Amino acid sequence: MFWNRRRNNCQNVEAGAAPCLGPGMLNGCDCALSGVVKGCRCRIRRHHAHGAVRQRLLDMGFVPNAEVEVMRVATLGDPMEVKVGDSFITLRKHEADQIEIVNN
Amino acid sequence: MAARKSLLVGLAGQQNAGKSTIFNLLTGANQHIANYPGVTVDKKSGAYRDAQGRVEVVDLPGTYSLTSFSLEERVARDFLLGEKPDVVINVVDASQLKRSLYLTFQLMEMGLPVVLACNMMDIAESTGQKVDVKRLESSLGVTVVPMVGRKGHGKADLQKAVRQAAEAKASGPKNLIAYEELEPHIGMLEKKLAEHTNLAITAPPRWLAVKLLEGDEEAFRILDATHPDAVNLRQMVQTMIQSFEEGTNHSPADHIVICRDRLAARMVKACLTREKENGVSISEKVDRVVLNRVLAPFVLVLSVYLIYEISIVQGYKLTEYTWPVLAWLREAVSSLLPPPELLEDSLLRSLVLWMVDSANTLLNYVPIFFILFMLIAVLEDSGYMARIAFILDRIFHSFGLHGQSTLPFILGGVFAGGCAVPGVMATKGIPDERSRLATILTVPYMNCLAKAPLYILLINIYFAADKSWALFFISTITIIMALIIAKVLTYFVLRGKETAPFVMEMPAYHTPTVKGVLQRAYERTWQYIKKVGTIVVAVSVCVFILLQFPGIPDESMLNYTGRMEKSMADFRVKAAKAGGEAYQKYWEGENLEKLLLLYDGYRAAKMAAGTGASSVDGEYQAAYPELYPLIARSKDKAAKKITGLLRNLSKTRKTIRREIRGEKIETSFFGRVGRALEPVTQFAGFDWKVNIALISSFAARESSVATLGALFQEKADEGATLESRMEAEGKSGGRTPLGALAIIIFFALYPPCLATTIMVKVQTASYKWMFFSIIFPTVLGLVTASAVYTLGGALGLSGVEAMKVFYVLALALAAGLAFIPDPLMKHPQPTYVEQT
Repeated sequence: MFWNRRRNNCQNVEAGAAPCLGPGMLNGCDCALSGVVKGCRCRIRRHHAHGAVRQRLLDMGFVPNAEVEVMRVATLGDPMEVKVGDSFITLRKHEADQIEIVNN
Repeated sequence: MAARKSLLVGLAGQQNAGKSTIFNLLTGANQHIANYPGVTVDKKSGAYRDAQGRVEVVDLPGTYSLTSFSLEERVARDFLLGEKPDVVINVVDASQLKRSLYLTFQLMEMGLPVVLACNMMDIAESTGQKVDVKRLESSLGVTVVPMVGRKGHGKADLQKAVRQAAEAKASGPKNLIAYEELEPHIGMLEKKLAEHTNLAITAPPRWLAVKLLEGDEEAFRILDATHPDAVNLRQMVQTMIQSFEEGTNHSPADHIVICRDRLAARMVKACLTREKENGVSISEKVDRVVLNRVLAPFVLVLSVYLIYEISIVQGYKLTEYTWPVLAWLREAVSSLLPPPELLEDSLLRSLVLWMVDSANTLLNYVPIFFILFMLIAVLEDSGYMARIAFILDRIFHSFGLHGQSTLPFILGGVFAGGCAVPGVMATKGIPDERSRLATILTVPYMNCLAKAPLYILLINIYFAADKSWALFFISTITIIMALIIAKVLTYFVLRGKETAPFVMEMPAYHTPTVKGVLQRAYERTWQYIKKVGTIVVAVSVCVFILLQFPGIPDESMLNYTGRMEKSMADFRVKAAKAGGEAYQKYWEGENLEKLLLLYDGYRAAKMAAGTGASSVDGEYQAAYPELYPLIARSKDKAAKKITGLLRNLSKTRKTIRREIRGEKIETSFFGRVGRALEPVTQFAGFDWKVNIALISSFAARESSVATLGALFQEKADEGATLESRMEAEGKSGGRTPLGALAIIIFFALYPPCLATTIMVKVQTASYKWMFFSIIFPTVLGLVTASAVYTLGGALGLSGVEAMKVFYVLALALAAGLAFIPDPLMKHPQPTYVEQT
């Protein structure tokens, strides 16, 4: 559920930017894109989604090892906008939940 | 082989790569649209000629890749495998080169001769990306044509390249992508598959091998259908997938994607130079304000308000200038028809005028629609529409709808005025099948412009004191009800329909071009006009017949003629008394009838002319110099009196005509149906008159008010408006504001008009949904209206009280439903083994 979603945090690697710290910070292990805070960059590790969802994400550039940056979330907290390569993609947290990411 | 050879060319590309622009550029006006067999996907094909012969171009659906997950992709792939086009033109967006190459690789793997149309070179350059075409050509091994489709650049080069590729039959390097660790498996499988020649005809073995290892269902289907040893091969593929996963900690599917991505990245690195690296784009700067979490809703409300103000409010003002044109048209048509009769006009005249009136009421909205559609095109082309979807998706999604339901709802009339026909049509863009159906079935609940007259009529009679509150109720309850219905449908009726994730590209902001905006506004307005021209006019004929026949009994008619003759005799007596023997010949015998008709024609012409009334005077004076003093105000005392008498006679004629019309409707087929329905509709407080009005409005909403006008005609002298007539009769018949509320609620939930249901049929490709879209709202509307009327009556609520109670209940129900989770939104259990 969106109100008690685990907040995973990745270190922001941008020089000079403050790291996105938060409770339960995990190092280089499984965390989902849905929990990444605005302005953070990380790398896609793998998809846990199957079938059409997985394919759609791959098509839009969410390929393993791609670098992604969370640009913003919508007013009501869902969906979120993510920068992948040169494109800006919006996706729901439900889908972002199934994208495993690692610290950059 | 003859030198002249016709070619079949497939046009493939990702969405938004400018595929249709290239298609139009190549084929010009020479194109036609059909459906791919058995599905609703449009198949656009066209042709052009080059020096060697005819080239047929088929525009494939826009796809990001060629898997079997979506209908569009399956359609595109079946075409490529089945029709084996001579050449495939792959349109790519030069500013999104890396992502575009995924599809290019897949096309080349299918062994098809590919020509790369590198479109939008100008946009790529404006974002500081420079594509090295020669280099891209040599690394891909296919011809690359730089193009700017919007400006028509590169057409000749592309046509030349197509011909060359077809002649060379060059399909590019066969093993373009090296799948590294997976290669041994692919090689083994490929060899096995190639052993059977009839399979090799259906699909290239290497491509099929890769697809099988990817786990593509269609690939397995092809295998089953063509390979005699399919069962063993399936087993073999499964073992390969398993062993590969164990060895590399990746599924082959992931591995394939990674390899493609790596190659695409390498090529982009080699062929693309960027001027400015990672600067913050203008779009991003704008979005920091427009999509700011706090500011976004305000910007949204402001832009929606602006649209409403400009299109609906200002558009209505514009109709004051266009209405005279339509009125003139009606006059022009009526002058061609047989002239009016004293009491009952000829069938031809009344039928044609009925059709013109039906069309006119709808055409009256054209200025509003044109402005509205222009503004919506600006929203779409600028890129803000995608942002609206982003902001509102959370709300829509809670009710089983989709962020992209925004556009259909706006077109359908979320804010007081729209049309469900373009609304339903705009659902085409929604990728999620379940949400798309839910949107199609709920867009008709929006406030279409044609519902407004009945609402305003009822509000003016029964809710005059609470006008603003009643208007607010009507404009928002429809959205609340639509959300509730969407959720309920999603939960029960649409359960099990295919869904798709909301993964949408946020386009960069563009300045919309005048041409693009006008074109789209014109297209949508034209669709609307076509609806008026065809369906509405055709249906209006049916309604006319059902409302006019079998006609009134002879004895009744005799009674009416008797009354009319008596009044005419009265007139003669009174006119003789008034003096003016000079005029006597004009009301002797048949002449009185002519005089009366001339008077009515003169009054009608003056009404229609509006400000130009003085020119009408001039015309009549010139045409009927002797009669003119009698029909217009003249200085001659006797003539003035006769004009007054004539006015009274004209009133009598109108009353009798109206009574005839009312009786005709009452005894008509529709009238019988209306009466027959009374036992059912009495719980909602509808009498047979309301029943008829509601039934006839199924053809087109506007008719409801027109029909009521014909039905509530008792004591209809000149001054009494329909409002006061309905009020007077309603009071004696016991109709209350509560009853009016029941009508309003029923009308809000009423089934879509005929034109919309036909559009529902087109968009869903099924009569089942079309009938559902008619029956479900009827039942729902009747049950809800009955509940409001019966319960409200039992509790002794007044109309406004019942309105408030209903509003609060609906709002609470909607809020409650929002928290019921989606039946399909359970997270799939992770099937992988946790490893670090």
